[in-house]
Amino acid sequence: MATTTLTTGQRKAQDRRTAVKEAKRGAWAYAFISPFYLLYAVFGLFPLLYGLWLSFHKWDGISPMKWVGAANYVKLFSDDIFWYAIYNTIWLFFGATVPQLIIALLLAFIINSNFIRGKDFFRAAFFAPNVASAVAVGLIFGALFGERYGMLNYALSAVGIKGVDWLGSAAWLKPSIAMVTVWQWTGYSMIIFLAGLQSINLELYEAAKVDGAETRDIFWSITMPLLRPVIVFQVILSIIGAMQNFDIPVILAGGTQSSAPGGTDRAGLTTVMLIYWTAFKYTNFGYAAAMAFVLFILIIAFSYLYNRSQGRNPTE
Amino acid sequence: MATTTQGGLSVKSKSRSNNRDRLAGPVGMFVLYAVLIGTALITSFPFYYTLVTSTHRTAAILTLPPPLWFGNDLLTNYNDLLHALPFWNSLFNSFAISSISTVLTLFFCSLAGYGFAKFRFPGRDGLFAFLLATLMVPGVIGLIPSFIVMRNLGWIDTWNPLIIPGIANAFGIFWMRQYIDAAVPADMMDAARIDGAHEFRIYWNIIVPVIIPALAALAILTFMGKWNDFQFPLLILKEETKYTLPVALSTLRSLRGTEIGVQILGAAGAIIPILTLFILASRQFMAGLTAGAVK
Repeated sequence: MATTTLTTGQRKAQDRRTAVKEAKRGAWAYAFISPFYLLYAVFGLFPLLYGLWLSFHKWDGISPMKWVGAANYVKLFSDDIFWYAIYNTIWLFFGATVPQLIIALLLAFIINSNFIRGKDFFRAAFFAPNVASAVAVGLIFGALFGERYGMLNYALSAVGIKGVDWLGSAAWLKPSIAMVTVWQWTGYSMIIFLAGLQSINLELYEAAKVDGAETRDIFWSITMPLLRPVIVFQVILSIIGAMQNFDIPVILAGGTQSSAPGGTDRAGLTTVMLIYWTAFKYTNFGYAAAMAFVLFILIIAFSYLYNRSQGRNPTE
Repeated sequence: MATTTQGGLSVKSKSRSNNRDRLAGPVGMFVLYAVLIGTALITSFPFYYTLVTSTHRTAAILTLPPPLWFGNDLLTNYNDLLHALPFWNSLFNSFAISSISTVLTLFFCSLAGYGFAKFRFPGRDGLFAFLLATLMVPGVIGLIPSFIVMRNLGWIDTWNPLIIPGIANAFGIFWMRQYIDAAVPADMMDAARIDGAHEFRIYWNIIVPVIIPALAALAILTFMGKWNDFQFPLLILKEETKYTLPVALSTLRSLRGTEIGVQILGAAGAIIPILTLFILASRQFMAGLTAGAVK
């Protein structure tokens, strides 16, 4: 627009008009974004603060709350079951989530290479386990993992390996949960990595090739650095998700009606399972809220440590 | 911009680079396809096993070798399943909750995404940073107090807790903002504004038709998430007639002596609808996911 030909007064008037228009538009924008903040205040922020308040009380959910100070937290630090559940949860992070992310990354690289055919099919086939409900998956693998007549042990015996009691023994319960988790989540992580790979500008590859770079060099100096934010993002979300592991372990290791969750020797007891049972079966709401807060702090700590280790990486 | 020449060039150099890729030797190709096909077999076998096992009685399932082909007891299992739980009722509940959630989520998230992508207003960046930060807050600390909030609202055993808190969620808004920011040119909206259209009209008539791919991907993600949601419905739903499918199925596992074939048939009932939806929409879904990650 030919603003240069306007006098100062005219320009000021126009600025005012645009400002009024912007403000009017701004009002629309506030209206558009407000539902999130209203809902989050009621169903996100308030419960968060209320949970903190609750963790300093003894409460069965019905009778009046009783202030107990830090007693719940003190009790927590010497509660072996809680720390065993934390151990199980971390075990499952390294036994399931880490392998799942590595396999997903490898598969994403393979599918993304331009000489592979049938990409649509493989992408869909790898993602399919993720659309199944964890409860259904638990029922199916419960049958697959049967000790005497399960398909897995049968397949193992066919190649001369003696089967084990996957879900009944304390030693194999966590590996079983890990296998199911890898089965269900690898395709999801792969899609995220694949989306990241596909957003890398092809011209960068072309330019590197014109300059005579080897495929390996291109991988380490173009692909990996550009994919890195996607990987960091996905790992942090996986830490947050894995620390709250619930659905698959609860179906494989102790049904919802059982009084002692976690299967044999509680080997499959995750932290959120313990929180769930403490609050809603043993009606010890304050103590469960304290557990949830300690878990929250651990999640923040792990995410922060991971993020910092990535920032300091000398290869960057 | 000389997009045509650029496009032509890159196509040419792409086909040239095909021949130069080092992994593409015959042995390398064999290994890569073996990995892909092997993985596809592992990911799909349990689905096949589900279909097969749902047609057998326990006596036939607990044999060696375990059955790998279909049996004749699908109807018997089906009748038993209907005795064990109100299957069709739960399926309807799951379907209704997932559908209502999806429609409302698409509306509120795309509206807010539009607000963040195409408006300049005081506090925008701070508000958006806050929204992103909430994504990082683990749900577990809200689990117990949320239950109490729902109880005080009188929402236990209703659909409200399973639908309302999620309709304007941070992930969906972030998702839509990224897409709208990249896909909707500003002059499109300016043209409409000069014609005197107000902002909601612009959203409805101009933005929505352009963002269909991102809406489709978000729709599938939301529907899948709600369909499979387990922890919170387990807490909220008390009466059997209100159960969603995952909650109803979880009771199957703990009923002692339930036929294995019946359990697996129930699992198949939960998986088949959502898997069909995924297969039908898989192409749009993947395209939408990739589009969302462009930024």
